[in-house]
Amino acid sequence: RQRTMTDHKTSKEQKYDRQLRLWGDHGQEGLENAHVCLLNATATGTEILKNLVLPGIGAFTIVDGHKVSGEDVGNNFFLTSSSIGKNRAQAATELLQELNSDVSGNFVEESPDKLLDNDPEFFHRFSLVIGVQLPESTCLRLGSVLWDAGVPFLVCRTYGLIGYMRLIVKEHTVIESHPDNALEDLRLDQPFTELKHHIESYDLDSMEKKDHSHTPWIIVVAKYLEKWYSEHNSQLPKNYKEKEAFRQLIREGILTNENGTPEDEENFEEAIKNVNTALNPTKVPSATEDIFNAEQCENITSQSPSFWVMAHGVRDFVRNEGNGKLPVRGTIPDMIADSDKFIKLQNVYRDKAMKDAAVVSKHVEALLQSFGKPPESISEQEIKLFCKNAAFLRVVRCRSLAEEYSMDTFNKDEITSCMDSADSEMVLYLMLRSVDRFYQQHSRYPGQKSYQKNLETLNHNGNSANVIFISSSCRYGAAEPHTVAAFLGGSAAQEAIKIITHQFVPFNNTFLYNAMSQTSATFQL
Amino acid sequence: MKNSREFQNFYFENDVVRQVVIALPRHKVAHFTLNVYDNMAEGEEPMVVDGGNGDRSDWQGQWDHVKKFLERAGPFTHPDFEPSTESLQFLMDTCKILVIGAGGLGCELLKDLALSGFRHIHVVDMDTIDISNLNRQFLFRPKDVGRPKAEVAADFVNDRVLGCNVVPHFKKIQDLDESFYRQFHIVVCGLDSVVARRWMNGMLLSLLIYEDGVLDPSSIIPLIDGGTEGFKGNARVILPGMTACIDCTLELYPPQINFPMCTIASMPRLPEHCVEYVRILLWPKEKPFGDGEALDGDDPKHIQWVYQKSLDRAAEFSITGVTYRLTQGVVKRIIPAVASTNAVIAAACATEVFKIATSAYVPLNNYMVFNDVDGLYTYTFEAERKENCSACSQVPQDLQFLPSAKLQEVLDYLTENASLQMKSPAITTTLDGKNKTLYLQTVASIEERTRPNLSKTLKELGLVDGQELAVADVTTPQTVLFKLNFIS
Repeated sequence: RQRTMTDHKTSKEQKYDRQLRLWGDHGQEGLENAHVCLLNATATGTEILKNLVLPGIGAFTIVDGHKVSGEDVGNNFFLTSSSIGKNRAQAATELLQELNSDVSGNFVEESPDKLLDNDPEFFHRFSLVIGVQLPESTCLRLGSVLWDAGVPFLVCRTYGLIGYMRLIVKEHTVIESHPDNALEDLRLDQPFTELKHHIESYDLDSMEKKDHSHTPWIIVVAKYLEKWYSEHNSQLPKNYKEKEAFRQLIREGILTNENGTPEDEENFEEAIKNVNTALNPTKVPSATEDIFNAEQCENITSQSPSFWVMAHGVRDFVRNEGNGKLPVRGTIPDMIADSDKFIKLQNVYRDKAMKDAAVVSKHVEALLQSFGKPPESISEQEIKLFCKNAAFLRVVRCRSLAEEYSMDTFNKDEITSCMDSADSEMVLYLMLRSVDRFYQQHSRYPGQKSYQKNLETLNHNGNSANVIFISSSCRYGAAEPHTVAAFLGGSAAQEAIKIITHQFVPFNNTFLYNAMSQTSATFQL
Repeated sequence: MKNSREFQNFYFENDVVRQVVIALPRHKVAHFTLNVYDNMAEGEEPMVVDGGNGDRSDWQGQWDHVKKFLERAGPFTHPDFEPSTESLQFLMDTCKILVIGAGGLGCELLKDLALSGFRHIHVVDMDTIDISNLNRQFLFRPKDVGRPKAEVAADFVNDRVLGCNVVPHFKKIQDLDESFYRQFHIVVCGLDSVVARRWMNGMLLSLLIYEDGVLDPSSIIPLIDGGTEGFKGNARVILPGMTACIDCTLELYPPQINFPMCTIASMPRLPEHCVEYVRILLWPKEKPFGDGEALDGDDPKHIQWVYQKSLDRAAEFSITGVTYRLTQGVVKRIIPAVASTNAVIAAACATEVFKIATSAYVPLNNYMVFNDVDGLYTYTFEAERKENCSACSQVPQDLQFLPSAKLQEVLDYLTENASLQMKSPAITTTLDGKNKTLYLQTVASIEERTRPNLSKTLKELGLVDGQELAVADVTTPQTVLFKLNFIS
């Protein structure tokens, strides 16, 4: 059992320690195998890359045909005055590369449009393409190429005090979504055989105080549930009144001393507190149900990603051995109990989880074999992880840019219903769309060159809201203030990490940030 | 004029926009207008001519991005805002910003402020650089490990952003006094400790000047505070004496839960319990590295020892899951951290500093939370002042106890009450015209001398109904006054 110095962490483990605690070694590995492409090394772009280089992305490539201007240096931490006149992709690559020697930085001195003209397949090699401050036409062209190639595309822009992100990915599966407040999987409403046996091994009424006070609350609830069943026709407490009565039943089980005053039994207090959630009926969550019912789950082929193969395997389990229930998750929360009782109870759940995962494995193996793939193509470890997260699986599908922009399919309902609300960030989206239209015609943004303005008094008709935004959008003059770029830089980088690691859930699909009010919103357009 | 009209046309010629506007009933759009723009300045300001680049920039266009905001009017600007070239001048030449912390948030803040035009920035940090900082504290490199954060950060920014003058202070915030803090226009905090936040909060409150009970606005130093943990963060704006302060919302920082001693000592169930056993009980007993050698979470040899012993403890109870990483996490109370969350929160804070320094926009009122575990979520609300806040209400705090209550009960209340959460309060009072220390923990000799008082009753100690108690604690630079009310 003696460990040696090999346990002592490598300097990479030490450097990345704080983030490894979030996405684990396997997440880090995914990150280190990724190659990201950034279009345009503006402040927004370099801030995004900074937040990918620091955590150790494998490689990045900046595509930018611009030369560095004085204005560029003023808001960009990764450009200096000595880079003025040089190619922006190269200048930024040098200073970004310098952040982390583990990362490989590359640059292409070319405009994205030229690349799309001459070599669109250039983009196929990337794990993710991030387009920053791109004109609408370039976005749409690139969007089409990446959609067909199955490469995720993240569009970002800073426009004055507005931040905008759009994620385009056909289908993104997540096994490890790491939900913030997940409900426990205790099966108290339908205890599996091994759990039943274990509960039977306890006799609360005959216990000494020490044991009584250190019996896990799960056992306490289970025992009192049996009592309740015998008096209520085997029906779970359903409404508030019944749950209150059930809590009272448990409370009456607290030991009393010679004077009749109740003893201090924290485990019973825990039981009472947990009644509300512990008796939730065990069922497959709707998100998981949707995954089971998806076409990709139903029709497995040799091309199917392992996510769908495993989903099909779990679905088979649910419909057979699982009796409508997912494989047991296998974890229980900490609770007041002596070590022995707790560990034994924990092992009951753990062992059952292992058993269930083994059954799922059999289903998966059979599937793989049915189209000539070796069973090792999906490892035990992967299957175990999948089973453990079966209640938290997520699939994100984003509409294409073509769908968003086409007059036939643009999401009119979402847009108009948001505009009902006075403070909705949707108006910012419309403003950006209009600004893009202006750019198409004038090859510049409103107010970009100069701003001689005596704004006309406009009659107060229903269009005055739009006028005020017009005025502010002129005022912005397509400015890219650093703090807004930095906010987007952090936001976009984390979404990129989600896409690459397949952990945590990406947004779907349009994010707007208003730095004036410090508010934001996500729309599905 | 041409631009605005042209643009207006294109705005409505955008098919999507036109479809939407047509779909909306007129009154709804007008309603939208009124609600959002109620507070906005009436009419539009004629624009100040956008002339050259000013004579302060080092190269053509350096501050163009910033100038577009300071030299132009718009409907969202603060009612007091006057577009001019003076705002940028003030920002660059006169405005003094204090950044507290040069870590995950601090590095981001320094960059953000420097690239927003601020040139006179001071930064305070008592720490030195550790290798685990490098995944997000981007002003530091492997060669800087061991050096003071404030100094390395200042050097880097001064070198990278021409004209910026960041002055470092390798100190604890408590080592600097009011004459230091008074010189700043705005203080922005990127701290990792609630205690330090509360102290900073208390310091700025102590600088407030009241004349005949009326607060002098020129004595207010705005405090922008940011905090992050994993994928969560928050940014808030505090105008001391006017808006909710740190202590007003202390419940937003729930006390850290420590495992019960009986669990650690005799009933471990989790790997964490095993590590705590070694840290709290075994280390003082076995003194593996010598007498008086405290457990140093940053010393790999120490952690290795704790790890081995934790494995042994776990084996005794058939507990699995003890790893080196877990061990270090428990000993150091490590909070996971990434670059992205720090970037977001610092950016939001820096935006507020810019807004307040220039009056260019209405500041955040007053608290924003951020979470990007599932998509991206922000929520903005106005935290309210607490009427009897122990820090900012200037009202003596009420203490209700039986005369037969022991001093220990008062001590427990001061540390356990959710609104007070004191760490090691020192209680003094005036008895027979003389200042008397009832209990003080932080100096060993005084602790020993005053310890018997803890088991005495308040009556025995000579305290009367209405007695004023002055309490000092690490959470505040000023003593807090309490009034003892005897209940029967």
